[in-house]
Amino acid sequence: MAATQVLRSEWTKIRSVASTVWTLGLAVVVTIALGMLISALTKSQFSDMSRRDQLSFDPTFISFAGTSLGQLAMIVFGVLVVGNEYSSGMIRTSLAAVPRRGTFLFGKVAVATALALVVGMVTSFATFFLGQAMLGDLRASIGDPGVLRAVFGGGLYMTLIAMFSMGVAAMLRSPMLSLGILMPFFFLISNILGNVPATRKVGRFLPDQAGSRIMQVVTPVDDNVPYGPWGGLGIMALWVIAALVGGYAVLRHRDA
Amino acid sequence: MIEAVGLTKRYGDKTAVYNLSFQVRPGAVTGFLGPNGSGKSTTMRMILGLDNPTAGHVTIGGHPYRKLPNAARQVGALLDAKAVHGGRAARNHLLSLAQLSGIPARRVDEVLGVVGLQDVARRRSKGFSLGMGQRLGIAAALLGDPQVLLFDEPVNGLDPEGIHWVRNLMKALAAEGRTVFVSSHLMSEMALTADHLIVIGRGQLLADMSVTEFISANSADFARVRTPDSEPQLREKLTSALTEAGGHVLPEQDGALRVTGLPLPRISDIAHGADVRLWELSPHQASLEEAYMRMTQGAVDYRSTADQKAGLQQPLPPGAQPPMPVPGQGQPGWYAPPPPQQGGQPFAAPQGAPGQAPAGPYGAPAAPGTVPGGQPANPYAAQQAPQHLPQAPAAAPQTPQPPAAAAPPATAPAPASAPVTDPTKPEDAR
Repeated sequence: MAATQVLRSEWTKIRSVASTVWTLGLAVVVTIALGMLISALTKSQFSDMSRRDQLSFDPTFISFAGTSLGQLAMIVFGVLVVGNEYSSGMIRTSLAAVPRRGTFLFGKVAVATALALVVGMVTSFATFFLGQAMLGDLRASIGDPGVLRAVFGGGLYMTLIAMFSMGVAAMLRSPMLSLGILMPFFFLISNILGNVPATRKVGRFLPDQAGSRIMQVVTPVDDNVPYGPWGGLGIMALWVIAALVGGYAVLRHRDA
Repeated sequence: MIEAVGLTKRYGDKTAVYNLSFQVRPGAVTGFLGPNGSGKSTTMRMILGLDNPTAGHVTIGGHPYRKLPNAARQVGALLDAKAVHGGRAARNHLLSLAQLSGIPARRVDEVLGVVGLQDVARRRSKGFSLGMGQRLGIAAALLGDPQVLLFDEPVNGLDPEGIHWVRNLMKALAAEGRTVFVSSHLMSEMALTADHLIVIGRGQLLADMSVTEFISANSADFARVRTPDSEPQLREKLTSALTEAGGHVLPEQDGALRVTGLPLPRISDIAHGADVRLWELSPHQASLEEAYMRMTQGAVDYRSTADQKAGLQQPLPPGAQPPMPVPGQGQPGWYAPPPPQQGGQPFAAPQGAPGQAPAGPYGAPAAPGTVPGGQPANPYAAQQAPQHLPQAPAAAPQTPQPPAAAAPPATAPAPASAPVTDPTKPEDAR
């Protein structure tokens, strides 16, 4: 009873602010546009690529190249959905209406996640088909082995990254602080950790690097990653659960 | 019915609320008063289960808030008018709150009409003034038609019409048998709205009584007596006669006497018996504001000091008069300067016009605790000091007990003819 009320209320909240449309819209446009651009560039330069790169060429993964940037908009969406309650002070009014804080937080996360999932899936499939159209005769087909899993997984990846941001925002209770940590982390730090040989083994277990494994169809040459595509997504899901549990613990025990 | 028992809240080593116990009864408006930072909002948040008390507990209708079944239908609260997402339209804000508590959407339009925001219902609340924000917050509190209502500073930012409306709304809600708990730092507002008062200072209970009890318990009535200015010996004579009769006499700065402990007719009789003519004999009652100031004097956390403007003042050209503040302009902490010399009084009308400015309910003649150590609390008065420097001591012999202002600050009078604004009043009260 109370849970459905929270869901309806959260849906009203999420659809009545402009930031929802902006952040999700940006996620869609950036992911698709960048994916198409990189796909087109790759096609035109394929003949110049080394033999090794040509052998491990993954048309599906190339079309998801825009995800690295598009995920940042998803992070902003996740952070704002939760963080705006704190920055506006609305959290007090909300919690006065729903004294059961777990119901409140998970109702909010559920609505935002459902929306992110829909947008993520649409983006993922659109990115795939439009990217393949750019690749011309290099393209993969949705029926090829592993491709449907990768495209579906791309939608899940976008959803999980938004959920992770919601958990972090609930822990930090401030949108500015959350964005200040998450944006550079996913844009820079994670990439650096993953490319420096000394930290590569650790970097692999970061949420974005583990999760993006699901979008690969062709395993790179000399690949020694200790988990498969679903294993990687599982690692990402563990990060998400940890963030949400942390956020719930903070909300439950701290003064609003 | 709200009941707090031994409520205590500490943030680190700072105690915001200490051992607070009170009851808020239905059918009356209960005012919750205290200076800024005295713990009013913290207490409100604890009542609503938002902050966990360090010790003690608070219940509404016998249940702690977080255990109340369908809390939003039983308790409505306005905590902070600015606590809305600025990008969300007023109606959607209320709709989301209504849906949270299972209230039908048409109730949203009802309360929008009640607070008069129906025309801006679809505008984003970012563009709302503070007064409109307060109305939106009140609408949110009214949504569930609750039996218990809490309002934290509801009149801040409202125009006079809005203040009048809130006042009547509170009274009407209480008349319907609801429990109405309103916090404020404006004593004057509470005097008109509240039936019962709970006063706290530095997080501790200072008073829990009805408004009328509060006034009589915290203020002494007094009489102002003025003898002819031209004959100072008459005042001496009357002072000793009154003291002999058991009265307590305190000279005021402009030469009048403040008498407590004797009824007016008796003062008149004594004066007649001592063969002293009177130019004025008037009854005065300390206002609620005064009583409140006296009570919370020691518990004010944030007090303004005189603005010395060190290094900012330009030397006056020779012969130029320093700027005189115009009384009533509402400068912060404006007080009339002491009379410059015998017979010559700056403002005010004693010569031949003994009638003092009426001590209206809030045009309080005295504001306690305003002139600590005899230092003028007013930058403008301080500015004038050089001009009157030679005369200032000359004012002393005029009164038998010289710098009267330095005497017990609780009774240190400012010339009543000047409009009194009070520096201990929080800045947003002006």
